[in-house]
Parts: sequence; structure tokens; C-alpha cells
Amino acid sequence: MNNPLVENYFRMDKLPHIWCPGCGHGIIMSAIARAIEKSGLDKDKVCIVSGIGCSSRAPGYMDFNTLHTTHGRALAFATGVKLANPELEVIVIAGDGDLSAIGGNHLIHAARRNINLTTICFNNNIYGMTGGQYSPTTATGDKGTTAPYGNIDRPFDITQLAAGAGATYAAKATVYHVNQLQKYIEAAIDHKGFSMVEAVSVCPTYYGRKNKKGSAVDMMNWLKDSFVDMKIAEKMPEKAVGKFIMGEYVNKVEPEYTELYDQVIERLKR
Amino acid sequence: MAVSKDDLMVHIKEEWCKGCGICIAYCPKKVLGFNEHGKVSMLDRDNCIKCGMCEMRCPDFAIFLGGKENV
Amino acid sequence: MSKVIKFLQGNEACVEGALMAGMRFYSGYPITPSTEIAELSSEKLPKVGGKFIQMEDEIAGIAAAIGASLTGKKAMTATSGPGFSLKQENIGYATIAEIPLVVVNVQRGGPSTGLPTSPGQGDVMQAKWGTHGDHPVICLTPDSVKETFDLTIRAFNLAEKYRTPVILLTDEITGHMREKIEIPDVSELEIYNRIVPEAGDDYKAYHVDDGDIVPKMAPFGGGFRYHVTGLMHDETGFPSNSTQNADVLIKRLMGKIEDNKEDIITYEAYETEDAEYLILSYGGTARTAKAAVKKLRAEGIKVGLFRLITVWPFPEEQVRALSEQVKDILVAELNFGQIKLEVERVVKGNANVRLCGKANGEILTPEELIKAFKEVL
Repeated sequence: MNNPLVENYFRMDKLPHIWCPGCGHGIIMSAIARAIEKSGLDKDKVCIVSGIGCSSRAPGYMDFNTLHTTHGRALAFATGVKLANPELEVIVIAGDGDLSAIGGNHLIHAARRNINLTTICFNNNIYGMTGGQYSPTTATGDKGTTAPYGNIDRPFDITQLAAGAGATYAAKATVYHVNQLQKYIEAAIDHKGFSMVEAVSVCPTYYGRKNKKGSAVDMMNWLKDSFVDMKIAEKMPEKAVGKFIMGEYVNKVEPEYTELYDQVIERLKR
Repeated sequence: MAVSKDDLMVHIKEEWCKGCGICIAYCPKKVLGFNEHGKVSMLDRDNCIKCGMCEMRCPDFAIFLGGKENV
Repeated sequence: MSKVIKFLQGNEACVEGALMAGMRFYSGYPITPSTEIAELSSEKLPKVGGKFIQMEDEIAGIAAAIGASLTGKKAMTATSGPGFSLKQENIGYATIAEIPLVVVNVQRGGPSTGLPTSPGQGDVMQAKWGTHGDHPVICLTPDSVKETFDLTIRAFNLAEKYRTPVILLTDEITGHMREKIEIPDVSELEIYNRIVPEAGDDYKAYHVDDGDIVPKMAPFGGGFRYHVTGLMHDETGFPSNSTQNADVLIKRLMGKIEDNKEDIITYEAYETEDAEYLILSYGGTARTAKAAVKKLRAEGIKVGLFRLITVWPFPEEQVRALSEQVKDILVAELNFGQIKLEVERVVKGNANVRLCGKANGEILTPEELIKAFKEVL
């Protein structure tokens, strides 16, 4: 038998996907599907938009209105889709490079506008599709094919970047902490306004090999040991020393862009 | 509609399994293992608690909890 | 029938035309000398239930318009020189994904920041070749405020009919010039709307049905759940690495424009019937050319004007036919000979081809053009 979730929300004839063995992206994609199922959305009213990169291949597998755009521009295309038809639930899937390097400008402005888009960042800390170059989230000192002597850049914290730019929902979890990840994606979909979930993924093929991180399981173990829940970190700060913090960084209500625009239209009718 | 765990079992879609071993590593009851093709296999169905964590962490939709009658 | 007389600049006429054509979405970024198009769109669109958004950059300006078009709305973006450069990648996207869209470029002096408030016509080749890869292009260029209005409507019609981005290439002359124009009642206009599939159809997003020019286009949210990509794809819309599929797609994209050139190409032939000499021009510069032709005719010189209204696809056959009739073709344009190159290509040595061009931000005067013309006599 087939998995009913997959049969219902994926294009069966396009699977299995192109991602490498142990790539965390499939875990995030399935969490998104489960979150959409939980949210009870009408498939015909869901639009999934992506840019270019490994993660951006996800929409091709997903049985919705799907739009695979140009590198970095998913949020700009998505803004047009959402403003033109606010009835659509628009979910953007973007890698760390796509979202915060070439598409960084669109990220901060979509967040600033508080337009009702749900962005899921598949953060594997590397440009995978092109073969392992360092990205804006590659840790200082780590290696990539374009950082053979170790990366001297400082990395972005994408969740904090979105929060700082005005996202009204911003959360972070990992592909190891998959229950939490799914919960945040559900909350992001239900949230009215710009929401971002940073899903910390693993790239055993490029990032793992280049940095001697071991197998996919070793990398998952690293996530397990390196991330601490925000609530635990608040209660027991000693447990958070040297760790990354996951949790809901921002969750607040502010006027949403497409509703504000509709109010302008209504006002002009009078 | 709530489904009782008694009606569920783990299904494996071997042709989609890429052999990463994530489900095997994090199975709380250690009932999964590799088969001779390097793909996931159910080794100890009796001790499976049907928690579904294998499905949640499988990147390839190759393992899932599904209805028993369809086996 | 409500006929309205207005005194408008070209940029304003562009917005009036766009609204009549059914524009309901505009996204863009401010840039001289096109900004009035954004300003007027921001004022008028919400009054008709449409949407305007000022995006964070030029790239986002075109990207959002493409997204909006996918939901079924007629969308436009406008820009000038540097912004047109930035939009090129997504013009290619709209071309391969077959998304109807109007891109206005009010040309200014270039390259780079160049001469922001002065006219230029240095983007005609960029309009054809600006985005990478082989691709078809429809590009229209008006010479007056009224024609800006008319061609904006035509640009929307062609975009919808051929499912492709259409470039309206105006210039700072026509964009900022004010003229009296009569705005017709919408009922007098021919407005083309994209063909959408019927619900329940077995929809293949990129399959062309018999008798159609392009695939039927379902709006996102309309219940068809299909995939759109900038990758080469097959008729289902999903990516395909097959060279055979790529061949079918690229030939279909090229063919839908090439095979319909007669429908797409328009031009003005003025005093060409008995012409022994020809001046070829387009856009704002064609007004100078017409004035020059009138003066030269008054002197008894048999000269005519061929004015491009459709720049791309180029009216090859018409220009070649004239080249068999005339001794000399003087191309008047505000650049260093971009269309002159094209004319040389198509006349195949039938006539002498010369250039009267400059790119210093000044317009050509009839006197300059007459002087350049008389060098051949």
C-alpha cells in the first residue's frame, strides 16, 4: 500500500525525489505536507513557490498550484500571487542561499510588509545544487568548495534576520526535532502575516563530507546535541552554553498587508 | 476519525528507500535494521510500538504507519 | 458612447490604455523617466479593485507581476534603462513559462546610469537579446501619446494571445511629451483575454489544443493544480532533461511568434509609394523623420518614411521590398546604429544603408536629419 499522506499531497509519479540519501530536505517536505493536512487547507487553494536550489525542487513533487521560479526570487513572485489573489495560502520554500544571499532583499521586505506568506527555509548551510560552496549560513571556519582554507565569513541567523526585519512569526527547529518542526510549520500556516520557519537540515553529501561530519545519522546526532529549546534555555541557561536555540522567536499580531490593501479599496468605494 | 494503534502497522516501500539509516538509528525500540540490499527492513514487528517516528524522520517517504488490512 | 478628450503625457496614456486593456495588477520600482506610470497606477488601480505594489527592487517588480498574472490578472511593470537590465532574467522566465505580461521600458540615455532625464533609443537590441538563451520577442514602439495609449492596449492583447511578455519600448520623448488624445469608450476597443481551460478537463498545462496558438492557461487557485518552472519542460509542465522535449518546446516558443508575424507586425509607410530614398525610424525620433520627409518632399525630393511600430519581430519583408525600390536608406535613431545593423542584415545589399544617430541625450532635429540625408544626393 501507499502512504495516504503521500498519495493525497504529492505527485506520486514524480517520486522518489532527486535528493541524496540522508538529505534532510525530504523530512521537511513531509512535515510541510502533514502541517497542511492538519491545517485542513483546500489543495486547490494552496500555492507553493520556490526559487532555485536543492530545496526549490520540492514544489515539483507537491500536488498543489506550484511555481518554481528564478534564483532568490520566490518571495517576490509569491508576493504577486498573494496580493493578486489573497484567497490563496501561499507557502514559500527556499534554501539558505536562495533566501538570504541572492534573495535577501526580498526576505527583509516581505517581512517588513507583513504580507501573509509562510516561508520555510530549508537551511543546510551550503549550496548543494552547485556542489558544496559556502553559503551565508556556513559557520565561520567550516569548509566549502569555495572555502578550501575555511570560511572567514560570519554566518546569518536567518530566524533572527526575519524577526529583525519585521516578521510577525519566526521560529526555528531542526530535522531531528521533527515534531517541533511540524508544530511550528502548522503555526506559521495558521498565522496571519509574514511567517518564517527556519528548518535546519543536513547535507551529508557536500557539507558532511567536506567538513568530516560523518554519516547522515552522525549529522542528525549533531543536531540533537547542538540545539536547545528556548524554554529550557530560559529556565536553565547553563544547558544552553555553546548551543543553538530553537523555538518561537516571534509570534505577534500586526496588520496584514493584503488586508490593508483591501481596506484602501473599500475606502475608495465610499 | 481516531485510528487505534491496533489497526496500524509499519509499511516499507523499499524501492523508495535510499538506505540512509535515519529511521533505524532513532527507532526507540530498535526493531528496524538493514536488509541485504542496504534498505530498511522490519526485524521485530512484535516489539514495534507504532510511534511513527520512523515515518516522521524518513526523508524519502519509504516507511510509514498505515492500516493493517491493506498488507 | 463616452468619448473623453484629455491632455496627457505618454506615460499617463500608457496607464489609461493599460486600464482599458484590463490591467488589474502593477508592480514596479521607481525610476526616471518611467515613474509617472507607477504613480498613476497606484492612484487608479485600487479604484477599479486592482492592486498596485511598489516592490523592493526592479527584479521583484517584474517577479510580482508574473506571480499576479498566474492568478489570472492582467499585469504590467514599467521601468527604464538600468531597471530594464535588471528585469532581463525574469523576462526570460515569463517567456519559457509562457506568462502574459507587459513590460514598459521608457528609454533614457545609457549605458549605466547615463542620462536619466534625457531620451535615448539604445535599448532596442537589449529588448531583443537582453535575456539569455534563444527566445522570441514581441516589442512595440509608439511615436505619440495617442499611439502609446493604443500600443499599450495592443501589448496586453498580444501578451494574452501569445502567452508571452510583450515589451513596450517607449522613450523619454514620447513618455514625457504632452498631447491631446481622445480616449475611446471601452466598447469600441478590441480586448483579448487569455483562453482558460474548462473545469473538469484533463489539463496538461503546456499542451496546445488543435486550433489554438498557445496552451490554455488556468489561473492558480482555479482547481487545476499544475506546475510552472523556468526549466525546460514537457507538455505537462514538469521539468525534463530530454533533448527531444527541449527541442519541441524551444521550437514551439519561437514558432508561435514567427508563424504569426503578419498578425503581430505593424508599421507606417509614409510617402513610400514613389520613393527613391527612404528614411527609416521609430519611436519619438520618427516624428523628426516625418518632419524631415515633409520638408524634403516640398523640395521635390522623392523620399519616404518607414516607421517601425513593431520593432520585434522585425518587418523584414516590408523593409526588403522597399530596399529593392530605393537607392538609399537612412536610419534615424538615438543610438549608434542598432536598427541600422538589422536593416543592413535584411536588405542584403539591395540599397545603401546609412545612419543618422547619436546618443548624447539630445533629440535629432529635422535639420540634422536633412543635412545627413543630403549627403547622398
